Amino acid sequence: MPRMKAGETREIQFRLNGREVTVRVAPRDLMHDVLRHRLGATGTHVGCEHGVCGACTVQVNGAPARSCLMLAGQADGQDIRTVEDLCDGADLSPIQAAFRDNFALQCGFCTAGILMSLDALFARDPDAGETAIRDTLSGHLCRCTGYAPIVRAALQARDSIKGGQTDA
Amino acid sequence: MKPAAFDYLAPADLKEALTALAEAGEDGRILAGGQSLVPMLNMRLARPGLLVDVSRLPELGRIEERRDVIRIGAGVRQVTVERRGDLADMLPLVAQAMPWVGHEQLRSRGTICGSLAHADPSAELPLCLKALGGSVTLQRGRKSRTLSADEFFIGMMFTAVAPGEMIVSVDFPKREAGAGYAFRELARRAGDFAIVGCAAIAHAGGAARLTVAGVADTPQALDLPSGSADWDERINDFAWSLGARDDLHATARYRRMLVRRLGRATLEEAMSCRA
Repeated sequence: MPRMKAGETREIQFRLNGREVTVRVAPRDLMHDVLRHRLGATGTHVGCEHGVCGACTVQVNGAPARSCLMLAGQADGQDIRTVEDLCDGADLSPIQAAFRDNFALQCGFCTAGILMSLDALFARDPDAGETAIRDTLSGHLCRCTGYAPIVRAALQARDSIKGGQTDA
Repeated sequence: MKPAAFDYLAPADLKEALTALAEAGEDGRILAGGQSLVPMLNMRLARPGLLVDVSRLPELGRIEERRDVIRIGAGVRQVTVERRGDLADMLPLVAQAMPWVGHEQLRSRGTICGSLAHADPSAELPLCLKALGGSVTLQRGRKSRTLSADEFFIGMMFTAVAPGEMIVSVDFPKREAGAGYAFRELARRAGDFAIVGCAAIAHAGGAARLTVAGVADTPQALDLPSGSADWDERINDFAWSLGARDDLHATARYRRMLVRRLGRATLEEAMSCRA
């Protein structure tokens, strides 16, 4: 690909929540801004914009990553998943349902990022223990809950995902 | 917080990357994982005119086992090294340090060489490079040079990488027969920058090396001979030699105390796990 000048835009294509999207981006565009402002995927929240708070976490090829530390152009050809993809219509995913059951959110600002990290963790390690869960949560700041209900919700979600798989 | 405008190049191969970087000189920066550079761009602490994105170059994505070292290319992400079981056996110190590098959500994109290039004084991977006596290979145009940790790390977030030059790979020496390795650090919260980080290598013959990050501007090592009874005194002298400073996170005195206590504990752990 030829060098892009600062003011230029180019078309990129990537998978967003299972469907191909095409969008024009400039070199300096950050991933979260393109998701929210160009593609209307406003479930991803924007907090600190320097990689500390974790609110903007999405999945890039299945791994949790900060969308504020990713240039939108780097998404070209990749598989991106955001919180919009978790629920099935009006049915909450097991992690979302467990968050509701355990009052694991108050203002909800950090929640989307946490859900994406936990979803990736359970996909990689369905038996993740409390230590692994807390380690994953250490990449997220929540200023409301004190984290204890989030840990409870994660443990419940893990068990319900495993239970669901056994029944199927 | 958005980056200032810059030109962007995703080169087709390493040659194109090196040519563009050499032409850009001081105005060009390498983008690999972006986990240190993009925060600097967002905060406008860095305002390069050109970013050369090497994250997808196959030449830089390799991990090679050589006779004495493991060579890791500049595009290799931290998570790749962390999850490779055979590397944990060949690079025990790096494997122990890896969970302390930022958070899982950063290691998924951050690269090994990017952390070296950023050269944060408290960072774990520069500490491992110094502890193990590894080396970094830099390239500018067709010229390459290989530097030790002491040659590479010049100061706080300041390395020997010249304008137009880039890191292409790092060599970490493989596990030494009979040696024990340990890594410990203290941070306020999991994943925060370390207040003090310690790496210890206990050689089979009884000698040992303690390497410390987060105190001096670059990682520093103390070699301890075998059979000497005055390790505490030597570690104390070492702690004072590092020129610790007070900052927002800890006092100089607290850092010296950590070098003595955490350093000693890390050494003991390394000695206890000698094969």
